[in-house]
Amino acid sequence: MKIDHAVPLEYSTEENKNRIFGFWVFLGAEIVMFSTLFAVYFTLWNRTGNGPTAKEIFEIGPVLIETFLLLTSSFTIGLAINSMRQGLMKATMGFFAVTLLLGLGFLGVEIIEFVTYVNEGATLQTNAFMSSLFTLLGLHGAHVTLGLVWGGGLMLQMKREGFTPDTANKSFIFSLYWHFLDVVWIFIFSFVYLKGLM
Amino acid sequence: MKWDEFFVTGEPMIYGAMVSIVIVSIAIVAGLTYFKKWGYLWREWLTTVDHKKIGIMYIISALIMLFRGGVDGLLMRAQLAVPENGLLDSQHYNEIFTTHGVIMILFMAMPFIIGLMNVVVPLQIGARDVAFPRLNAVSFWLFFAGAMLFNISFVIGGSPDAGWTAYFPLSSIEFSPTVGNNYYSIALQISGLGTLMTGVNFIVTILKMRAPGMTLMRMPMFTWSILVTSVIIVFAFPVLTIALLLMMLDRQFGSQFFTMANGGMDMLWANLFWVWGHPEVYIVILPAFGIFSEVISTFSRKNLYGYKSMVFSMVIISLLSFVVWAHHFYTMGHGAMVNGVFSVTTMAIAIPTGIKIFNWLFTMHKGRIEFTTPMLYALGFIPIFTIGGVTGVMLAMASADYQYHNTMFLVAHFHYVLIPGTVFGVLAGMYYWFPKLFGFRLNDKQGKLAFWIIVISFNVTFLPLFALGLNGMTRRMYTYSAETGFGLLNLIASIGAVGLAIGFAVLVYNIYWSFRYAPRETNGDPWNARTLEWSTPSPIPHYNFARMPEIKERDAFWFAKKSGKSLYTEEYSDIHMPNNSGQPFVLGVIFMIFGFFMVFNWWVGAVIGAIGIFVMMIIRSFERDHGHYIPVKEVVATEQRLRGEQV
Repeated sequence: MKIDHAVPLEYSTEENKNRIFGFWVFLGAEIVMFSTLFAVYFTLWNRTGNGPTAKEIFEIGPVLIETFLLLTSSFTIGLAINSMRQGLMKATMGFFAVTLLLGLGFLGVEIIEFVTYVNEGATLQTNAFMSSLFTLLGLHGAHVTLGLVWGGGLMLQMKREGFTPDTANKSFIFSLYWHFLDVVWIFIFSFVYLKGLM
Repeated sequence: MKWDEFFVTGEPMIYGAMVSIVIVSIAIVAGLTYFKKWGYLWREWLTTVDHKKIGIMYIISALIMLFRGGVDGLLMRAQLAVPENGLLDSQHYNEIFTTHGVIMILFMAMPFIIGLMNVVVPLQIGARDVAFPRLNAVSFWLFFAGAMLFNISFVIGGSPDAGWTAYFPLSSIEFSPTVGNNYYSIALQISGLGTLMTGVNFIVTILKMRAPGMTLMRMPMFTWSILVTSVIIVFAFPVLTIALLLMMLDRQFGSQFFTMANGGMDMLWANLFWVWGHPEVYIVILPAFGIFSEVISTFSRKNLYGYKSMVFSMVIISLLSFVVWAHHFYTMGHGAMVNGVFSVTTMAIAIPTGIKIFNWLFTMHKGRIEFTTPMLYALGFIPIFTIGGVTGVMLAMASADYQYHNTMFLVAHFHYVLIPGTVFGVLAGMYYWFPKLFGFRLNDKQGKLAFWIIVISFNVTFLPLFALGLNGMTRRMYTYSAETGFGLLNLIASIGAVGLAIGFAVLVYNIYWSFRYAPRETNGDPWNARTLEWSTPSPIPHYNFARMPEIKERDAFWFAKKSGKSLYTEEYSDIHMPNNSGQPFVLGVIFMIFGFFMVFNWWVGAVIGAIGIFVMMIIRSFERDHGHYIPVKEVVATEQRLRGEQV
């Protein structure tokens, strides 16, 4: 493995550079995937049949909490990568932990929100609008869940191996993923919730 | 669920299939044990990360699927050969045309293309492997898991029966209550994941791993076509992912996306399906364009005419492929304005395609043409594909399309595009690159015989369908009365189908015969070709290039041969290669088991399977495998042995 010390650790080998570029390409595919779901949602969002409409079930409170948690976590993962570049193991682990806890909090609020919807009689099976809403939010939530497991695993690896081209590369890619989830959420916040509440 | 629901019963043909599956499986297991090949199979093939071997496995799978899909086609033609035929009942016929379409497009054309690109692209750009060799193996095993899962549907649980387009509400749980369409949504999802990873892998490979000096505008045309194709894959396949996910939710979890009540919208499926489905057509046709460019240029002994316009037209085609999807359902009521826009964009595709056709003709102009088997396929492709293209423009006119929508005319059109385009393309590619992989050529005489039988039978089969379609014979009908007058033309078409089967049998015999008797070649360049892959010895050592070539112009190998200078100026050094791994294979098996339980709604098994998938991912994440080095002494020895050269 040829290591180039002139660049950040995560870019230091040929393989690492390819992985980061490959992950950007993969994120392109993810963008198409979420765009498709948004298109489905916009097509179906007022096709509510006999079921509830967006205005009847959306509440701004939990959504604001979710938004705050996730946006903050995107900031803290940035701090984690910054600490990693400076070689500060403790700070990196700390910011990683904070990021994952914020993600966990987001997920918790989202689950409570889902339970509320179901209790109000709005389930995946109710109407086309609810189907597309649950699928869009659910897919984003599933990404967050996967991210929690992924991030936890990376923390273990960093603890064991320290900052190596491998762990640095993986953590950097994880941060790209996490920022991406944040971007998707901004679209959900604006075009699902704010539009639905209006 | 009872046993007689689990296994498909009541059809003598299916019983025959079950018996033959069991016999073939026993024969394979017994043969591997008797010849003590289990270890060889595991070490050399199941665990390989070598792009060439993965490519070969793709191609073998594709050939097997060609025969599975071909038998489906023959059964359809047998059923339609005479009026009021009772060979197949309507349900069985529905299942057969559905699996014929799915298998031919997704499990034959796609893997054949992906197999060739696996074999050729790293060689053409001077790379030792793809960017992510392990991921490449995962892609293959996911494709294979999906294909096998789909294939067992006809004996276990019943095949999908709503057409390869699986239009709602036809494919909903209400109108298609068997597990058939569950197989469709889940098997396609699994192999689609593999395809998406291949797309990512090849974009990175082509953009990041080219030999020094090979700029984008010096890349061989086949590599260019694969780059464009990979970009289409990355942008089109996620749409399929979502469409299949929603289908699964609708069928198995009671959601209301495509239902007829509660706000669901069945047309949404048609749109999603074709937003992926139309670019998919170009995913299987653009690489064939790349292959023909290589073949025609090599066997005309001329450089490709209009290289830049070739690249440009491919890029334009890839963009247009995303804005024409509604031409698949002009008659489903989206108004004159929408139809008009899609009509224009559809016809526009004929322009860049026409540019390509003329470029090939000009490449041949004043060339010293050599009529080898791959060249024959390229030459056969041009007129036949043009017929397909012209009828495509006829179909593109929305107002006229109301006349022949959903008739045999359409069936004839897309077979006239896809068979010369994709099938001739991959066969030309197989004959062309075969010596690179195995060190000998396929017998040319037998190859030409197979070509003539296939090309003539093809026209006998599909030309009558144009007339039948214009006479009003709709597609997907399993029988017709004598008064319609469709009998004679159908009979001719069915005779042609038998001819096609004979042609493909000759082709298989050709491969078998050549493996046993064809003379072995030591020269790595049997065709006197132009691109980089031919500068390596045949068969290729697994590290591809002992030294990195330096590229100064297009067709660098051709000019190196002419000037007598070597492309390779560096010293030999240690070569870094990835290690083999059994994980991709195991992951594929787990995915298949998971998919199987999902199809039958057996949630406990499905959850265990899903956990297995995550465990595999975690194992991979914690593993540290940095490959190994081949010492320079071994490299030099191998090169001397293969090339007989003094170093």
